[in-house]
Amino acid sequence: MVHTVDHSAEPTSGSSSQHPYVPATDDDRAEMLSAIGVDRFEELIQDIPEHTRFPQLGIAEAAPELSLSADIAAMAARNVTPGDYACFLGAGAYRHFIPSTVNAILQRGEFVTAYTPYQPEAAQGTLQTGFEFQSAICQIFDMEVANAGMYDGPTAFAEAALMACRITRRNKVAVLDTADSRLVEVLRAYSVHQNIEIQTITPDAAVSDDIACIAFQSPNLYGVLEDVGGLTGRAHAAGALSIVHANPTAHGLFEPPGKYGVDIVTAEGQPLGVPLSFGGAYVGLFACRQEHIRQLPGRIIGRTTDTEGRTGYALTLQTREQHIRRERATSNICTSTQLIGLMVAVYVATLGKQGLKDVANLCYQKAHYAASEIAEIPGFSLPVEGTFFHEFALTCPRPVSEVNAALLEKGIIGGYDISDRIPDTMLICVTEMNSRAEIDKLVAALAEIGGAA
Amino acid sequence: MTTSNTANELDRRLLMDRSVPGRTAVTLPPSDVPEQDMPQESLLRDDLPLPEVSQLEVIRYFSLLSQLNFSIDTNFYPLGSCTMKYNPKLNDAMASLPGFAGIHPNQPSDQVQGAVQLMHELQELLGDLTGLPGVSLAPLAGAQGEYAGLLIARAYHASRNDSARTVALIPDSAHGTNPASAAMAGLEVVTVPSASDGNVDVNALRDLADERTAVFMLTLPSTLGLFEPSILEITQIVHDAGGLVYADGANLNALLGIAKLGDLGFDICHSNLHKTFSTPHGGGGPGSGPVMVTDELAKFLPEPVATRNGDSYTLSEPESSIGKINGFHGSFGILVRAYTYIRAMGRDGLKSAAENAIINANYIQSQLKDSFDLAADRYCMHETVLSASRQKKRGVKGLDIAKRLLDHGIHAPTMYFPLIVDEALMVEPTETESKETLDHFIEVMRQIDDEITSDPETVQTAPHTLPVTRLDEAAAARKPYLRWQG
Repeated sequence: MVHTVDHSAEPTSGSSSQHPYVPATDDDRAEMLSAIGVDRFEELIQDIPEHTRFPQLGIAEAAPELSLSADIAAMAARNVTPGDYACFLGAGAYRHFIPSTVNAILQRGEFVTAYTPYQPEAAQGTLQTGFEFQSAICQIFDMEVANAGMYDGPTAFAEAALMACRITRRNKVAVLDTADSRLVEVLRAYSVHQNIEIQTITPDAAVSDDIACIAFQSPNLYGVLEDVGGLTGRAHAAGALSIVHANPTAHGLFEPPGKYGVDIVTAEGQPLGVPLSFGGAYVGLFACRQEHIRQLPGRIIGRTTDTEGRTGYALTLQTREQHIRRERATSNICTSTQLIGLMVAVYVATLGKQGLKDVANLCYQKAHYAASEIAEIPGFSLPVEGTFFHEFALTCPRPVSEVNAALLEKGIIGGYDISDRIPDTMLICVTEMNSRAEIDKLVAALAEIGGAA
Repeated sequence: MTTSNTANELDRRLLMDRSVPGRTAVTLPPSDVPEQDMPQESLLRDDLPLPEVSQLEVIRYFSLLSQLNFSIDTNFYPLGSCTMKYNPKLNDAMASLPGFAGIHPNQPSDQVQGAVQLMHELQELLGDLTGLPGVSLAPLAGAQGEYAGLLIARAYHASRNDSARTVALIPDSAHGTNPASAAMAGLEVVTVPSASDGNVDVNALRDLADERTAVFMLTLPSTLGLFEPSILEITQIVHDAGGLVYADGANLNALLGIAKLGDLGFDICHSNLHKTFSTPHGGGGPGSGPVMVTDELAKFLPEPVATRNGDSYTLSEPESSIGKINGFHGSFGILVRAYTYIRAMGRDGLKSAAENAIINANYIQSQLKDSFDLAADRYCMHETVLSASRQKKRGVKGLDIAKRLLDHGIHAPTMYFPLIVDEALMVEPTETESKETLDHFIEVMRQIDDEITSDPETVQTAPHTLPVTRLDEAAAARKPYLRWQG
């Protein structure tokens, strides 16, 4: 038998006067006001201009958990959700397996509801976890040091370019045109009033010897590995730094940037155990060479000892930061996106040496299988040459919007539209989450859609 | 929090030092596609130095680490300016719904109507609460919201061919992010002094505001926990000089349903959702710092902005947008939490949050003013700034008192901020703490004050019951040790 519950009724005045998140009763309030020495709350806010006090709000009355959770679940259910649909979207955010350990640790309120570890004695859990995060990032990229995390990948990339300008005391930033344009847009927003010139260059273009850095994405927008060593060599020959915006998963398989002498590595940390969540919250990864640590933006956790000689961890090199240096800080950032860093730390610990290799290999195998099958379909082609990891550009015989609309009807979320770069082209991403059955379904669907062209 | 004195025996080894070759915490399925050609050998990595540990070890390691933390869930956390209020569990549950946690940021709006609708409704709610109806949820933290707000101010002046406005006026009591953000936005920072009563020195502001003023950045209530009584005059002075007024919304919790920033003459503000709107601080992020502006400035907002057309919702770029300040659409998971909170609180609940936050702070202030000096001896808003200057004369610093509180299971207040107060201890109890908790805190503070006379050394060397004693932070900075070393 089905019972229906009427959620529409307003709560009675008895239940609405005491909110579950606010413990003070009327008696508590009366007692405290009396101890303060006032008769009414209003006496405490006499500094607020009277005519502006207690404005009208258009917000509804409090919604109890039972009905509110049903309302919000209904909103969530209106979305087309990967998992229900086969999904081949990538381009900056990637759908990966998240082991159960990550969410289990994410339930620890001791991590979730702590704040920035300004009192290190009372925050060793957060600090040691952050140190694990920094260590893991250094090891994945083979870099000397990493900070505790940035907002997201693109802001880390922008901050890296600004850091290169500070280190070289130059103001020209060369960015390869194979990078996602969103990286360049964020860099533009970050540098617009800092007298910095952004030059977009092709991979084989000559660079002038007054640039601060060559910044590029590898794997690039098209999923293809750049010549990291060659570009780094050219940057160094110009007295500039090399900045690579990497994908951490790729380095379960491919040589890490540190191997090629890269100066700064940035990346989107989301692929390492963080749900897609419509684009956030994510964490930006930022690693560099030891010699540049005093120009690093963001929080850094260091190992030290207490007065009894025991190992402990604390925020360090804080004289770079805004709360000390104010307008002369290396950045205005005052977060490390620590909780997402925790997810990354647990993910890397869980996957470990073999697991990250396995994930990278599965991505490579499945993406290459998909690419080789789709390339056989008449009318479709792979327009970009080079070694790719888990994404590839696919030129379609019809406009991408039409292809994706037809795919959606077949339960498939298609690729990311890059027709502004290459006509009628989308970017297909395949990860370990895509079964062979899903890939085969995509191939069959594309054959059918292409045939209708 | 483990308070027993077992720290000596506690196994603090790092994961790499626990690693045993061959162990694993998870297995991946074998490939189900025909084997593909691998790329040339020289591109492939031969060694990946990551830990090899069992699944139990992962869980036990991080679970034990979590117990070394103070947190809102386990401790009273009166950290001023941070609004460490209860983070409702429903918020997390809603953000974890597959229809939210599982959607891809590159899906077009027509596939994610529920998500974009939620963003649109949250924009409306924040616009209503602040009286500034133009809203972008894009900024990923308060500091990014500030930066976006300053770019908007610059874009506004540029649109009026008034580009000589390159000065940001900032009070000496401001958060460090204000001048840091202004510098990033290419503005020259000019400091506005505070008067002796803790308010903005209005005469000084009148002298400083001129044709070079781009923006005046003001935290309201101030970092002293005070409402500026001359606020209408202040915003008028800046407007008369042709500048805009920016509100740092760090302390917005005190104003919910009490006053709207737009009504007070502010043009731009940001709100830290992780403070006022109860989203978790996460040990230092992720935050979220939506930026709110007047109708006139809405066309400059960063992208995206959620717009509504009938029953259909779209993410779009405002006409003269300052552009893209991060990869996607903001901290969506945090936005879901804040939205859930606002609806759970409702109109009267939000107002009662502000009222009770203000009453709680004044209650603490009234009960401690005999033992501690006050930065300003008048009613405060949601936080009170105590000064340990009296205690310093007895040989004990504010820092020592903060550390001694930890021994009592209470997180320290914000120390030495604002910079203009000697030995500042900024206490923000929030509305979610009960009177019993406040009474306990008051009693402990008085006890520590007594202890400064009876046994100062115990206070000076605190904490004594935590996993570590005071750390050598100078050595950490001198010889940076920033990662596992094999």
